[in-house]
Amino acid sequence: MTAWLVAIIKTGIMVLCAPLLAGWVKWLKCRLQNRQGPPPWQPYRDLLKLFRKDIVVAETASPIFRMAPYIVFSATTLAGSVVPLLMVNLPTSAIADVIVLVGFFALARFFLALAGMDVGTAFGGMGSSREVTVSSLAEPAMLLAVFTLAMTVGSTNLATVITRLAAAPFQLYPSFIFSAMAMLLVALAETGRIPVDNPATHLELTMIHEAMILEYSGRHLALMEWAAMIKLMVYGVLLVNLFLPWGVALSSTPSAIATAIAAATGKLLGLGLVLAAAETGLAKMRLFRVPQFLGLAFILSLIGMLSHVILEVR
Amino acid sequence: MPLSIAQLAVLFALASALAPLPFFRSNRLLKAMAFVLLGFSGLAALIAGGLALFADAPSDLILPIGLPWLHCHLHTDPLAGFFLVIIGLITTVAAVYGSAYVREYENGPQPLAVLTIFTGLFVAGMYLLVLTADAFSFMMAWEVMSVSSYFLVAFQHQQAANRRAAFLYLLMAQVSGLCILLAFGVLAGFGDGFSFQAMAAAPLGSGWATIAFTLAFIGFGIKAGVVPLHVWLPQAHPVAPSHISALMSGVMLKVAIYGFIRFTYGLLGDIHWQWGVPTLIIGSASAILGVLYALMQHDLKRLLAYHSVENIGIIYMGLGLSMLFAGHGLPGLAALGLIAALYHCLNHAIFKSLLFFGAGAILQKSHEHDLERMGGLLRRMPVTAVCFLVGCISISALPPFNGFVSEWLTFQAALQAPALGNGVLDSLIPMAAAVLALTGALAAACFVKVFGVAFLGQPRTRHARKARLAQPRMMFGQGVLAVLCLVLGVLPTWTVSVLDRITRQLLGRGLPEATAHGWLWLTPVATHNASYGAPLVLLGIALAWMLSYLFLHPRRGPRSVRVGPAWDCGFGGLTPRMQYTSTAFTMPIRRIFRPVWPIEEGLEETSAGRRYHLKVGDWAWQTVYQPMGRMLLAAARRVTIIQGGNIRVYLAYSFFTILIMLWWIV
Amino acid sequence: MPPAVLPFADQMILTLAALILFSSFLLLAQTRVVSLIHTFAWQGGLLCLTTVLMAATFGRHHLYVSAALTLALKVFFIPWQLRRMVERLDIRRQVEIEVGGPLLVMIAAGALTLFSYYVVMPIRELSLFSTRNIIAVTLAVILIGMLMIITRRKAVAQVIGFMSMENGLFFAAVVSTYGMPMVVELGVAFDVLVAAILFGIFFFHIRAGIGSLDVDHLNRLSEVDAVGDEEEEE
Repeated sequence: MTAWLVAIIKTGIMVLCAPLLAGWVKWLKCRLQNRQGPPPWQPYRDLLKLFRKDIVVAETASPIFRMAPYIVFSATTLAGSVVPLLMVNLPTSAIADVIVLVGFFALARFFLALAGMDVGTAFGGMGSSREVTVSSLAEPAMLLAVFTLAMTVGSTNLATVITRLAAAPFQLYPSFIFSAMAMLLVALAETGRIPVDNPATHLELTMIHEAMILEYSGRHLALMEWAAMIKLMVYGVLLVNLFLPWGVALSSTPSAIATAIAAATGKLLGLGLVLAAAETGLAKMRLFRVPQFLGLAFILSLIGMLSHVILEVR
Repeated sequence: MPLSIAQLAVLFALASALAPLPFFRSNRLLKAMAFVLLGFSGLAALIAGGLALFADAPSDLILPIGLPWLHCHLHTDPLAGFFLVIIGLITTVAAVYGSAYVREYENGPQPLAVLTIFTGLFVAGMYLLVLTADAFSFMMAWEVMSVSSYFLVAFQHQQAANRRAAFLYLLMAQVSGLCILLAFGVLAGFGDGFSFQAMAAAPLGSGWATIAFTLAFIGFGIKAGVVPLHVWLPQAHPVAPSHISALMSGVMLKVAIYGFIRFTYGLLGDIHWQWGVPTLIIGSASAILGVLYALMQHDLKRLLAYHSVENIGIIYMGLGLSMLFAGHGLPGLAALGLIAALYHCLNHAIFKSLLFFGAGAILQKSHEHDLERMGGLLRRMPVTAVCFLVGCISISALPPFNGFVSEWLTFQAALQAPALGNGVLDSLIPMAAAVLALTGALAAACFVKVFGVAFLGQPRTRHARKARLAQPRMMFGQGVLAVLCLVLGVLPTWTVSVLDRITRQLLGRGLPEATAHGWLWLTPVATHNASYGAPLVLLGIALAWMLSYLFLHPRRGPRSVRVGPAWDCGFGGLTPRMQYTSTAFTMPIRRIFRPVWPIEEGLEETSAGRRYHLKVGDWAWQTVYQPMGRMLLAAARRVTIIQGGNIRVYLAYSFFTILIMLWWIV
Repeated sequence: MPPAVLPFADQMILTLAALILFSSFLLLAQTRVVSLIHTFAWQGGLLCLTTVLMAATFGRHHLYVSAALTLALKVFFIPWQLRRMVERLDIRRQVEIEVGGPLLVMIAAGALTLFSYYVVMPIRELSLFSTRNIIAVTLAVILIGMLMIITRRKAVAQVIGFMSMENGLFFAAVVSTYGMPMVVELGVAFDVLVAAILFGIFFFHIRAGIGSLDVDHLNRLSEVDAVGDEEEEE
């Protein structure tokens, strides 16, 4: 019973720290571009401001428009509760394995795309159409990377994967390197960062994620933005804890948890730096070059799988 | 006990076909009798199937009808019981739905009696197909099923396109029947008799077994609609009345799968793993090509028919994986693959029927079948919209509904590939799983398009604006199926434990690990390998939704929501025609996957403005069907040389035949 | 479960083998001529690194010489020559279009890798060295090089395909038999050098003869001969 309580607290931590990660990335980007930039806790201020504002709903909106932010937020929060952040032996990790995690994001994306189409304007339809195309192309690469991981470790349960990898002696697996690179590219596409989508754009014709939430205001917009930040956090935690699993608390002792907090913070801040550097150095691609980008991700995961089968199995 | 109730089901179905005939003048009486009897037959089949599924031992019966030396053998066991449950369930719901739906055919050119007669015969044929245990009755039932569904497809034969579709359907059904007959012939040739028992005991060499398997694969594959033998499906299913389309797509395709499973696992017995490879590959090809073709359709029922091709592909993938494991002597993992395939059969029957019912409701109330002419139907048909949304979420394989569970089980089966120990297979299976992932994501994209274009936004035509609520019986039919989608998604452990009995009968081993941790956790192989707690997922989403609503909803009340016009960049004048259409939505996918379809696209300037036309075809026509048709015609033309028309030539034929026969006697 | 831990050097060699395979795939995917040359240089660099690692681990010092030769030729000299030639022929801006479409070629490359794994399986079981799985990767690199020669139109890309085949052969030799005898090594290296120079000369002749470096245009030579004969008769 206490384990469930701890799991809920961990979900809360994840949900509450997500805006900090997004703010940290944005602050780093600004610094790398020689600008002052807002402080890393600015997203909290933005969310609070949005929660206090009134909502304007379009005349042609349907009940789905009002329900979608809650569903998106709930599905993303549930995904956050499944991914191990600090401790591995929480009961929520058994609810879902990696494939179910992908399913949660797919559910959120389904309702997000429906919300985009709901009001009946061209912008929303455009955003939904582009979003479902990009995410469809990202799925095979992600799944193949997950499979390669699962074939090495023998499980898709996130807690088991991290435990086995952290406990095993350090070994350089080429399949892991390629799968990590593929997952990085897929994460860039799924969370809507440059070079796939610019999260700070104001030009409607360049939007993918923003175009779907164009009509939202007030607390609905806050929930959608928060869900996007939680998604970024979940993908970040997935990347750092799966491929660099050292530091995660394998037991429940206070020292292990303290190490885990320090390790997680360090890894996530480092990942934020990598992300900011990538976003500053790359330019956003036009939509019809995204298939090549995701094709590269697929080739990476394919080579990861082939490396595993050919080079690592004895 | 289950057999007698099953026979009762068959009798009810036949009664629903024939008994109302004397009353054909009165539509009300005809409808009442026919559909009530059909509903009872469905219930009886459901009960019989349930009893057979939970029975300890199979039951047999030999009826004194049929050929003199081959009476009709009937047999129920868990496999037959499961498919009987599927048929009975969908028939019952279709009877309720259909009784309200056929109102639009009452004043049509054809008499309603035609519809009810052939519906009854069709359903009776399907029951018999699942119950028979000898080749002759199987083929009889197959023919009854095919021919009666031909008449149903050709019900609105005023249009030439419908007649062509029906002819193609009948042709493919006959070809498939021929292949199946040949497959039975191979088995019976080695055994001693045509009953399934005799054929199962037949000693077949490996080569002949492969030939029999290939014939059965082609025969049942044509009927199930795998690529490239699928072309008849998207032509025939949309043309029939909607509740018949639901029966055909949801049930008849599953009956073909039943035949395939019975033949491979029951009659052939010793499964070679090499059979699993083409099954897996063709299943993957059907899945991805089915969904890509479906994406490009904007006729709602044709889109749903192509999705049937995709889902049959997924079922074949599960079966292929199961055969691979069985051939390598891993019955536990083979059971996992088989359970995934059977679960998907049940799921697909339910959500495909639900979607077809929704399409029928839209068709009846707005007279539109083209997505580009619908829009904004959520406000006008809310119950249909909610049930259709449940169907869309289920077919897109999203948690916590049922479509997700069967796809997850298929992925788990694919993940066990390293147990095969074969490096090449070890790489092929993950690639097939990647294709399955792409298929699932594209299916979700397609159903975002369908629901978004049809139900959301603003109405694009006057007809869509004037749509009204569907009739209560139609709403009831859809509602029952929607609830079932949720129930089967949230209680997967119970369903898997039921399907366990089937695999125990066919493979000798069930999957006890799947339900070993209680009703809450589905753990296909072991709990630390992968687990899915479906009720907790539903609870988690509900809890998060409630908490976010409670904490984040302000206390100020409804005044905090204002209604305003949609964002138009300040230009104003937004019309419903400026919304994204179905063709526009799928444009990026069309450009990215361009080589998959034969596309004719053009933009022409006319005096009335610009016209854009787009025609997306199906490669299977040009690559498979037309060459085969041309070859057959060429061969036929060669053969017609015999028919010279000259009397002396014909007399010469008789003369030479007499000479040869005389020589033979000597 | 993860297998028993290999010594660190073996892990590095496995990783480098996977990276060389990846560079082969990249060579197939590149469309710009200059990027092709750079990727080829990277492949040579990875190969050099692998040779040095094998030399250090197994103490075969002649491999250091091979590594130096590879570095000089494959990483610096040949790419430099190709770059010069590309600039003189002024084909820098041309973008290559492959036969069959990029997706199909990638699938073919993946299939070739699987096929080479399948072919090498019996050899794996007889081999005695610890890095025997890499032979499958080397065979895949050779076959992918040949695939490149078949599916590319421009002559420069075909030359690079030929060179990457030779890379694969060298890699196979280093990994399975600790390098070839020095004489053979030097001979092959100079053959490759001469081939590169001759290719360069040929490029100019082809371009002068048919006006482009698209090898599909070479199949017009038969018509040209017939026309030439007619002109001579007149």
